[in-house]
Amino acid sequence: MAAPNRGRRPTGSQGKPGRALALILIAMVALTGGMFWAGQLTPRLGIDLAGGTTITLEAKNQPGAPNAINETNMNTAVGIIERRVNGLGVSEAEVQTQGDSNIIVNIPKGTNSQQAREQVGTTAQLYFRPVLTVAAGAPNQEQPAPSPSPSASESGKPADGDKATDKPEAGAPSPSATTQGRAVTEGLKAPAATPSPSGSGEPEASESPAPSDTPAPDPSADPATAALQKKFAELDCSDDKVRGTLGDNVKPADTTVACGMNSADQWEKYILGPAEVDGKDVDDAKGELDQQRGLWKVTMEFTDSGAKKFSTITSRLSQQQPPMNQFAIVLDGEVVSAPQVNQTLSASAEITGDFTQESAQNLGNILSYGALPLTFEEQSVTTVTAALGGEQLQAGLIAGAIGLALVIVYLVVYYRGLSLIAILSLLASAILTYTLMALLGPAIGFALNLPAVCGAIVAIGITADSFIVYFERIRDEIREGRTLRPAVERAWPRARRTILVSDFVSFLSAVVLFVVTVGKVQGFAFTLGLTTLLDVVVVFFFTKPLMTILARTKFFASGHKWSGLDPKRLGAKPPLRRSRRVSVPTDPKEA
Amino acid sequence: MSRLGNLGARLYRGEVGYDFVAKRRFWYAVSILITITAIVGLAVRGLNMGIEFKGGAVFTTPKAEVSVSQAQEVAEEASGHLAIVQELGTGGMRIQVSELDTAQADRVQTELAEEFGVDREKINAELVGPSWGEQIANKAWTGLGVFMILVVIYLAIAFEWRMAIAALIALIHDITITVGVYALVGLEVTPGTVIGLLTILGYSLYDTVVVFDSLKESSKDITKQTRWTYSDVANRSINSTLVRSINTTVVALLPVAGLLFIGGGVLGAGMLNDISLSLFVGLAAGAYSSIFIATPLVADLKEREPQMKALKKRVLAKRAAAAAKGETDDGSGPDPDDDGVETDDAAPAAAGAVVGQRRGRGRPSGRSR
Repeated sequence: MAAPNRGRRPTGSQGKPGRALALILIAMVALTGGMFWAGQLTPRLGIDLAGGTTITLEAKNQPGAPNAINETNMNTAVGIIERRVNGLGVSEAEVQTQGDSNIIVNIPKGTNSQQAREQVGTTAQLYFRPVLTVAAGAPNQEQPAPSPSPSASESGKPADGDKATDKPEAGAPSPSATTQGRAVTEGLKAPAATPSPSGSGEPEASESPAPSDTPAPDPSADPATAALQKKFAELDCSDDKVRGTLGDNVKPADTTVACGMNSADQWEKYILGPAEVDGKDVDDAKGELDQQRGLWKVTMEFTDSGAKKFSTITSRLSQQQPPMNQFAIVLDGEVVSAPQVNQTLSASAEITGDFTQESAQNLGNILSYGALPLTFEEQSVTTVTAALGGEQLQAGLIAGAIGLALVIVYLVVYYRGLSLIAILSLLASAILTYTLMALLGPAIGFALNLPAVCGAIVAIGITADSFIVYFERIRDEIREGRTLRPAVERAWPRARRTILVSDFVSFLSAVVLFVVTVGKVQGFAFTLGLTTLLDVVVVFFFTKPLMTILARTKFFASGHKWSGLDPKRLGAKPPLRRSRRVSVPTDPKEA
Repeated sequence: MSRLGNLGARLYRGEVGYDFVAKRRFWYAVSILITITAIVGLAVRGLNMGIEFKGGAVFTTPKAEVSVSQAQEVAEEASGHLAIVQELGTGGMRIQVSELDTAQADRVQTELAEEFGVDREKINAELVGPSWGEQIANKAWTGLGVFMILVVIYLAIAFEWRMAIAALIALIHDITITVGVYALVGLEVTPGTVIGLLTILGYSLYDTVVVFDSLKESSKDITKQTRWTYSDVANRSINSTLVRSINTTVVALLPVAGLLFIGGGVLGAGMLNDISLSLFVGLAAGAYSSIFIATPLVADLKEREPQMKALKKRVLAKRAAAAAKGETDDGSGPDPDDDGVETDDAAPAAAGAVVGQRRGRGRPSGRSR
């Protein structure tokens, strides 16, 4: 825009300051109205202010899969963790990636953070393994419940020999089908209305390649097996620590021991064969109410390759005697379910049993989302009580108020009457920032956290700087001997350029910070960027028009000594016009 | 009108002019000295890295009838590691234990809860792995690199490459000083510090950009006159934006000081405090560097241009001629120097002989911009 010529006639939008002011006032009213309309009167608070737990997980490279940490896998993992956390009844938990290899999980206060942490942090791998032996959870202990297959627990031998088992139970996946433990409560079969293309309704043994043997090499043969036997015999599933370490370092192809809790909440121990289907093979699973029978069940859909594997394992297992007609769903080394197989199944299947709604849905979640493509390690865990968060917020707000007060005092002392414009502009900026923060909560999930408060406070300085640049320019013009109105217009183009150039740098740093940083830092960067943008808006649509209008008032135009624009005090040179020096201000470049 | 206001007027009229550019060697030397001190401090003392870099846990407890030493004892016994305990303004305590794993942290939390007689859930625990801070720091370095490249490109386009280079050097200078202060004073480096440091980038350049903007404007058509060399103009740009720089820095420091005071006073060390502390140090360094380092550097770089060399020659020749005629265009105590160059009585001729003559003060003419 051309510098206004020496005539008094301001040009362009500068002539209509009222319009710009009206615009921003309407915007403010609209935002405030929107805030009330949305019922969002306060910004959503971040975990660190509202209380809650933040867990930061870092993906770990696994041997043999050096390139596993990539965007796709990370996104899959986020999806899994998110659905699982929310599936477990944790409301409003947020899961997001940070950087290349981090996942941040925010769990608001009021949920069981310990439990959530276990679900989130340790849940890594899901396998379907054939059950070789089952026994009660304590070492060398008689099975507590009378069982039709006592031999399975006596010796702990994962043996073909343990044929004392009795219930073929082939056709009926009834919940009461009894062998022992959890296995008894669950049976596996094809969904009643069979969507599965291949023969799932019938025990089509013919499909199975090798329905004969246990998948493991004959366990009695080698020392490793003997060790396993010993381990199994000594295993005490009631000990948390023992259980916690069971899943470590177990390869999918190993035969292993594991613990699981049965429906009666008693621990049982298992010897399990090599994994045959893994969690990735499950396409979808959910806990559903079977309308006809009025009981909860879990339905599963397999992927194509999963369906093949599953059909192999089920056709073989369905031929076995209990307990070996079960497979265990093993999550991180713990058996979450061990349904019996009654028939060969393929692309889809359902698990029925003694499910409650909760247990069915839990298992559904675990099955759908159980298989993280990566393993994760907890990097940081922060729990903040709401009380401390409140204190921090209060301290931050007090700090902000004090900072603002100091800035205002300084501006009043230095700029006198002009400070009115500065203070009103800061106020406008504050209103816009607050309403936007409140509205951005539901809109994009913005949450005000402590660093964001910090960013807002820091931004006071940036906002104030724009006025300072403009005011100094106006005063320079007055020193030139101009009267206020032309001074205001002449100062604007140059001040505008300076403000834009420097705000751009500030905004750039905020964007870079936002893009590269992790976790909380982003809140800070976001606030900084937002306030920088608002600064530009406020200066253009509020400060400048207001200045133009006030320049028409007698108080300012006459250079009242309290106006901050007293020409005498500013040291204006009375004889006004002179030839311009070399640096005639030409059209300022738009930055 | 406040004295600063008068200063502004006098600066504007050129009645007062601080010869930043002519004395640039002095300021370069000062900066180099500070930088060397910072680097030596960094090399010898190193940085005091917070638990985010070493791994460990911070527990924040509510108010309780437990002394600091008791809390420390409990934490150390439960963890087997050294614990640092601070009392907070709220009456609670902040207990920092380094090199702790999850299981130990749980135990410490439980035992602290017992000792304090509060619900375990009332104790905040912040548990970080040893590579967490490192990761943040790595990202900070990446951010720094990206930001520097972008800013250099932007400044090179918006202004010119010399200004971009000068701004970059000033930026590195600020960071070195800030990090150096942390090393020398032994302040704890946390992710909050790193954030603060990254924010300084924006601030430091913000100030520099304002000066450069003024310089760019006033050096337009500079070759069409023979009164001032580029250095003169650069110096005047600093002076004319000096009041703004001071005001801006004061205004930026006030809220940060509020944060520092409240953060430190009420909450003890924490992210609020860490950010504001590094901002405070960095802001001061940034204001200094935009005045004493960045702009003089631009002048130095510019004076290497043939055009500017020629201009300087012409300006000096003209001044010499004027001096020879015994003419002073200045009412303020004519004091033609031995080398015949017009100088201010306060400015040693030796400094001005090379470059960047200072104008006579109170020049009544040629002040319009």
